[in-house]
Amino acid sequence: MRYELDPVRVRKILGNKKQFIMGDMAIAYGGLLAGVGFFGGYPITPASEVAEGMARMLPRAGGTFIQMEDEIASMAAIIGAAWSGTKTMTATSGPGFSLMMENYGYAIMTETPCVIANVQRTGPSTGQPTQGAQGDMLQTRWGSHGDMMAIALCPSTVQECLDMTIEAFNLSEKYRHPVVLLADGEVGHLREKVVIPDVDEMELIERIEATVDKDKFIPYSESQTNPGSKVPDFPTFGSGYRSYVTGLTHNDMGFPATDKQPDHERLINRLVSKITDDREKLTDVEEIELEDAEIVFVTYGASARPAESAVRMARAKGIKAGMLRLKLVWPFPEKAIYELSKKVSKIIVPEMSLGQMVHPVREFAAKDCEVIVAPKVGGVMHLPVELLAYLEEGSQ
Amino acid sequence: MSEMINQTEMREKYLRKGMLPSIFCNGCGHGSSLDYTFRAIEELGLDLDNMVFASGIGCSSRIPGYINADGLHTTHGRSLAFATGVKAANPELDVVVFSGDGDATGIGGNHFIHAARRNIDITVIILNNFIYGMTGGQVAPTSPKGTIATTAPYGNLEGAFDISELAKSLGAAYVARWPVFYPSQPIKSIKDAIQTKGFSLVELMSPCPTAYGRRNKLGNIKKLWDWYEDNSILAEEYDKIMNYGTDEEKAETINKIKIGVFQHTEKVGFFEAYEEQIANLMANDDKKWGGSK
Ligand SMILES: Cc1ncc(C[n+]2csc(CCOP(=O)(O)OP(=O)(O)O)c2C)c(N)n1
Ligand code: SF4
Ligand SMILES: [Mg+2]
Repeated sequence: MRYELDPVRVRKILGNKKQFIMGDMAIAYGGLLAGVGFFGGYPITPASEVAEGMARMLPRAGGTFIQMEDEIASMAAIIGAAWSGTKTMTATSGPGFSLMMENYGYAIMTETPCVIANVQRTGPSTGQPTQGAQGDMLQTRWGSHGDMMAIALCPSTVQECLDMTIEAFNLSEKYRHPVVLLADGEVGHLREKVVIPDVDEMELIERIEATVDKDKFIPYSESQTNPGSKVPDFPTFGSGYRSYVTGLTHNDMGFPATDKQPDHERLINRLVSKITDDREKLTDVEEIELEDAEIVFVTYGASARPAESAVRMARAKGIKAGMLRLKLVWPFPEKAIYELSKKVSKIIVPEMSLGQMVHPVREFAAKDCEVIVAPKVGGVMHLPVELLAYLEEGSQ
Repeated sequence: MSEMINQTEMREKYLRKGMLPSIFCNGCGHGSSLDYTFRAIEELGLDLDNMVFASGIGCSSRIPGYINADGLHTTHGRSLAFATGVKAANPELDVVVFSGDGDATGIGGNHFIHAARRNIDITVIILNNFIYGMTGGQVAPTSPKGTIATTAPYGNLEGAFDISELAKSLGAAYVARWPVFYPSQPIKSIKDAIQTKGFSLVELMSPCPTAYGRRNKLGNIKKLWDWYEDNSILAEEYDKIMNYGTDEEKAETINKIKIGVFQHTEKVGFFEAYEEQIANLMANDDKKWGGSK
């Protein structure tokens, strides 16, 4: 590889350890710290600042930035670059994310590590370009045709925009899967303090590259380096493995097996279970006032902030309120939700939509726990008092 | 490189045998492009370990599967955007893209014009059969007016893209078009295209007896090849007739497809320019940071 990011330069370009920056910029910082070598993107509010930050900083650190002709091409280019051996990333919002679905599926099928930062807005269609929302929670999970799994993280603060971008890269490298950072316009455009982690304060995971003899290499089966892992070793282009990468159903050798039922079944089950096997290990939640809670929010992203205020206000009034914040939304933390639902009488899911994550919450909650959505549409956040009203009503 | 290697030895050396038999119908023109590409690689002495063959979706896009090198069989029309990424992260790779007329100028038209405009240093081989072959003979953006296709059952009314003309107008560094049954010109063009810096296109007119020929009364292969022969003309000859010919000659020639090398220049590829920009930026930073990184 020619374009390797120079971490020493990255540190110098980023500057002071403590800064006051926008969520979008923190995403760009996270990408650089994780070692992104290629960024391909297309402008869209409220995500453009990620691309702009990358355009300014990435070449100076030795990486490549290209503004592609659209989001279909952006997604294509980051996948191509990943196969040349670098970490890759794009950033977009609703309409662009919809366009990316075709090659998002391709990345899943071909087990290509890459990161998509989606600074969400609403829809359908162009919707409210300059307003934040949480419109793609389910598109992330179900957006491609066919069976698939998703990995997605939801930052609630600017610091998390940075930290979770690094985490997104780590998960994508580990599972050879596209990982979506599901920020929203609110947190993307928010300015807050961030602390840039030192080298010894962050862990970086790299994909396992193929090292077995070339004639013994099996490109689409369990790892040959890491026995028991369902994630195959990565044969970087140009490394002599001469591998064939296709979005068609393929057998273990990567050859098309489009009319072979057992091959398809084995492939799809491995693609999904390589992630779902680790569902509990991956579960990442924050618990607030849950010990004795009777009525709780299950939240994510920007809406966690007014929800937390509402919990504090409710507690001051003697209401046994609490909150579970999902930091990783996909694969869905089924067990955490089920266990929570057995302890509380009501779960309220505040969402900047008419309700998306309320559906999996309801699916995995115990039958006798009531689950409702607290919807807020139109591009504004819930007010804490609005959410407090849900707690007051629910506790009567 | 050895000129002596014969076709059998060449196939032995370059074919990805696990992928055989090929999906191509009897009489399909696409297979020849494989032999031409092998021959070009052999004559240039290129290292297959350092080559990546990308493609979209279509019969033509299956070609990289049969070449024993890294292959990226992508989504319909998107191969050039994928290839841009491949090259971006490792500009030292020789990247060759195979595409169909529908793949490159229908669904992928936008990526085609932008890869050419950006001057990404790759070689694109488009197998133009003037039809959507793989899906059974639907009309393509390249189908001549009057073509009968499953989705143009009463005759195509739309104007057709001239792919080479399009690439030329976009400033592609190398542009050539040949019927696939010309034995030596396609090989020479593939070699020149690979060696030319910048975006290079080789358009091969490649008959599809199954989905095009049958419906357009060109069912047997001989008839289809004759049609190609009768309806194409060397660019130099075309220009001569249009400049100096009689009205009759002009009328007979004007709708023929020009073949030949249309453009052959050297253009600094995008990534070469990019590398220079990076070097300048780093030198500036080093100065600012006091010599050390
Ligand atoms: C997004 C999408 N739309 C449609 C298709 C169906 N499709 C597969 S191949 C093809 C046409 C290919 O035509 P061309 O590129 O000319 O290749 P040929 O088969 O003629 O060589 C189409 C429409 C697809 N695979 N993906
Ligand atoms: S359908 Fe046409 S293009 Fe496809 S393999 Fe058959 S002859 Fe070739
Ligand atoms: Mg075609």
